[in-house]
Amino acid sequence: MDVRKCECGHTNPVGTMLCESCGKPVDFQESGQPEQAAFPDMRYEGMARRSQTYSRTIIDRIWNFFSSVKIAIALILITLIASAVGTIFPQQDYIPVPVSTEADIARFYGETYGKIGEIYYALGFHNLYSSWWFKTLLVFIGTSLVICSLDRVIPLYKALSRPRLNQHLSFLKGQKLYGNSPEEASIDPAAALPAAADFLARKGYRLFREENALLAEKARFSRWGPYINHIGLIIFLFGVLLRSIPGFYLDQFVWVREGQTVSIPETPYYVKNVAYKTEYWDESEMPEKLNLNGGAIPKTYQTDAVLYVNKNADLPGAKPELAEVAKGPILVNHPMIYEDLAIYQSGVKEMELGALNFAVLDRKAGNKQVGSLKLDLYAPQTEQQVAEGITVRVLDYFPDFVMGNDGKPATKTNQPNNPMFALEIASAEGVKEKLVYVSGTVISDSKDPRYALEVKMPDFIDISGLMVRKDKAVPVIYFGALIFMVGVVMGTYWQHRRIWVQWENGRLHLAGHTNKNWFGLRKEMELLIAKMNWPVTLVQKGKS
Amino acid sequence: MNTTKRTSIRVAILGVLLIAFVFALYTSFVKDPHQVKAGNAAPNFSLPQLNGTPMKLSDLKGKAVVLNFWGSWCEPCKAEMPALQKQYETNKDKGLVVVGVNIGETPVAVQSFIEQYGAKFPILLDRDLQITKLYRIGPIPTTFFIDREGEIEEIYIGQMTDAIIAQKVAQILE
Repeated sequence: MDVRKCECGHTNPVGTMLCESCGKPVDFQESGQPEQAAFPDMRYEGMARRSQTYSRTIIDRIWNFFSSVKIAIALILITLIASAVGTIFPQQDYIPVPVSTEADIARFYGETYGKIGEIYYALGFHNLYSSWWFKTLLVFIGTSLVICSLDRVIPLYKALSRPRLNQHLSFLKGQKLYGNSPEEASIDPAAALPAAADFLARKGYRLFREENALLAEKARFSRWGPYINHIGLIIFLFGVLLRSIPGFYLDQFVWVREGQTVSIPETPYYVKNVAYKTEYWDESEMPEKLNLNGGAIPKTYQTDAVLYVNKNADLPGAKPELAEVAKGPILVNHPMIYEDLAIYQSGVKEMELGALNFAVLDRKAGNKQVGSLKLDLYAPQTEQQVAEGITVRVLDYFPDFVMGNDGKPATKTNQPNNPMFALEIASAEGVKEKLVYVSGTVISDSKDPRYALEVKMPDFIDISGLMVRKDKAVPVIYFGALIFMVGVVMGTYWQHRRIWVQWENGRLHLAGHTNKNWFGLRKEMELLIAKMNWPVTLVQKGKS
Repeated sequence: MNTTKRTSIRVAILGVLLIAFVFALYTSFVKDPHQVKAGNAAPNFSLPQLNGTPMKLSDLKGKAVVLNFWGSWCEPCKAEMPALQKQYETNKDKGLVVVGVNIGETPVAVQSFIEQYGAKFPILLDRDLQITKLYRIGPIPTTFFIDREGEIEEIYIGQMTDAIIAQKVAQILE
């Protein structure tokens, strides 16, 4: 005898728990398989899941491995633990010292955290999200998601598209909600079933009828919720993966001085900072008096910017040919958007030294001012005429002055934190005098100089920090998130309810199944019993 | 569904997932696809010289190039300047060009620096750090030894002595 053949005559695939046709639990005793301890779980309608039954080829084995929910949970747990371990020491981007080479990074972890730090670095925990094994785990989770879903949704779809009507009594009795009438009850099935059908139809159920059997079904689509949800997750993961494709993702940061135009790395774009301003709340705008002690609360940080595209971007460093493509203010949360590019206001250095100002005095004429001198700290002119017949030449410029070990002046950085200038003033009359400006004072090399420089208020500039982002994967990620939500809503706000009414052996049998909210289904069935006036008591197995 | 059909569908699905897997691994191993490495061609660029005339790296094809990134605030850069100048003088007739790329300083500061340290080779000004970023410069000095075909023979990070430069220059002059 074919072990898979049910007594109703239907041949079921190996692994079936409930006969596909009559719903009778498949008799495992005859097949030598362990006996089914109780009525099978209804989650997959008692269908055979192929992965659990075939493992012939290597492909089948790989498939079966990923089809296991246990494996999926293990993968998620390992990922969670790895993510937690990744927070023990700082990630590479956040280590407190400036390190630029891989060797420096390795040394940092070893020196700071000892042996454990070395292991941490060796295993790639210092840059967890891009380590190969973390990505492997994520791809495995994605694979498991796809295969687990496919392996369950296909049999489930097959089972649900064949409504179980006129089932074996053991199927009805096996349901969590079941009740039957006494044999002697005076029920006329020919009248009772149409009446029940009528009642349930008004409740919004879809009906399937045979002579002595009725199946009422509602919201079957809610069963697809978890799978749609998984599709959303897969789209989401796919979107994250897309970011690695060149041109899909860009995250840059540029500092731009007022008046300066800088190139945005890895793009053909240049951005100009026309003007920067921070606005503060006026006290009259505040709803209550705050004791700010002379402080102020910023209202907006704004850069008026112009975005250019460089038409000569093929050769890096070549003189750019700029064409304006966008113009306008950039405020916090209101980026400048041009095509895929978004430029955000994200930092500022205010009141930085921009240029030094001096008055040129003629000491022979009673310290009369004869001209004025401006020294731009970012682009000082080599020579400039300050008055009729008087020129000033810059001999030396150290933006961040320090006395070198060799006793010569030097600069600590290329930023004008402590500018030092060596100047030469020459007049048409043949005067040639050298002057040094350092730390707010001017020193002349001559004992009785003709010209003197008087320090005036310097020019201060604001340097705006702009974040430049491009993320073409965002629509994909949002779409995935939307699908995910649709799946969640489908699966949570609706329940797949089924009510069976069957007349057999002179009794009326009533059974119900739902995927959630058993209380609601029970109420509905009790209302049906009450309306129909049937002598049936529902029994609910186990706890709801 | 028969066995062959089932297997081929599984192979197709696993194949797509495998491609995703390989791609994810590739991106974790190749973090920076534009990294400048020894053995690769040196990326071409153009920068103005101190006197204002632009110089293209491709103009130097056929010559061996020592491309030195420096800043006047960097002590080891100062220390190796005379050695670079010496190698430039001895080998320029054999087809060697030493090119110094100054990182973001003003012409005035660069001018006085090279006068002080006696560098006579071409000095390029990378005012907005475009080329410094292109060449992924970390600590300075960083020196690229580029052969006559324009291929990077070696990248040296840190201060070089006369002997080190001489040895590497000999390699790229071959």
